[in-house]
Amino acid sequence: MKIAIASGKGGTGKTTLATNLAAYLSDKRDIILADLDVEEPNSGLFIRAGKIFEEIKYKMIPGWVEEDCTFCGICQNVCNFNAILNLGNQILVYPELCHSCYACSELCPKGALPMKHQRMGVLSHYRNGNINFVESHLDIGQEQSVPLIEQTLKYIDSICRKDSIVILDSPPGTSCPVIEATKDADMVILVTEPTPFGLHDLKLAVETMMTIGKDFVVVVNRYGTGNADVEEYCRGNNIRIIASIPDSRQVAELYSRGELAYDKIDDFRRSLDRIKEAIPGN
Amino acid sequence: MKIAFTATGPKWSSRIDPRFGRTEYLLIYDTDSEELVVHDNRDIENEAHGAGPKTAKLIYDTGAEVIITGNGPGENAALALEKAGVRIYTGADRMKVKEALEAFNNKQLKEFKK
Repeated sequence: MKIAIASGKGGTGKTTLATNLAAYLSDKRDIILADLDVEEPNSGLFIRAGKIFEEIKYKMIPGWVEEDCTFCGICQNVCNFNAILNLGNQILVYPELCHSCYACSELCPKGALPMKHQRMGVLSHYRNGNINFVESHLDIGQEQSVPLIEQTLKYIDSICRKDSIVILDSPPGTSCPVIEATKDADMVILVTEPTPFGLHDLKLAVETMMTIGKDFVVVVNRYGTGNADVEEYCRGNNIRIIASIPDSRQVAELYSRGELAYDKIDDFRRSLDRIKEAIPGN
Repeated sequence: MKIAFTATGPKWSSRIDPRFGRTEYLLIYDTDSEELVVHDNRDIENEAHGAGPKTAKLIYDTGAEVIITGNGPGENAALALEKAGVRIYTGADRMKVKEALEAFNNKQLKEFKK
């Protein structure tokens, strides 16, 4: 069972929900919590667990071999990402634009663009009782998070048991990283807040999920602030709100100290009860 | 010598486009033949990434030795232009193409260095 926790807007409570839900469900089930916001993962601040595995992750990019090149220009023409320029007497490769599709490398008649490893980040796996926590950090200077998210998901599949619940703390926004993080999920929870910004970005996230054909439900966080527009929008579009987490200063204070709230704040725990009920098979 | 301009239109009276990679037009002026050749670059809108290198490559293909623009290229495009030996002059963004050429001839534009 894979649950992706996403949102259009940043700061709506993805990490709060992901970490608390993971800890809350771990009393009975094997849990894998993964922070897929590889540009700035922060779920780890809330999870006390020991590191059991670490691995450097690489992506593949072409490296130009000058001696073998005839400057025919096929590499440049087959690249969909403007990652290769043929300047007549040299070939420029832009690793940050390269999507590792291998087209230039495979179609070069002289084999002058062999693919080579380029380091992009580090994956770490921590464990404490029933909780497995996996996070990846993109290296400073790396611009593409999708390949690292993809490899992190692959790693999760390799450690996932049949009865495990996987909780994916997704990156914010509605672009490629979010799509990569949610595309294989069995359930997508969009976290929003009842404010004009929350509604605006929820609509974008809903549009994204509809476009990739993914079912989703909504959790409204900081319920009681703002206005009723998010609820009205969801009602009007037949979108299911599985829980509304009441606005709470105490939850925010706990968060600011890197502490979980589910075992300390009753209202918060009751919201998790409702979310649990909405998870198929629970 | 050929001089390239990033421009918002196809004429001498068009304004310089302050953007490099996503410039709408590239105008190439040949100082020997005094001809102005227009490249419509508006398809660049469809490129999600790599607009800078793509426009840099177009300039390289025209044989221009100088590019006159507004804000200047980003890192990727600057690398390609440097390797291709194209000199970059910036700060022409409030001028018309004609005025930008005069400013270049009067050495009033700043040469861009990475």
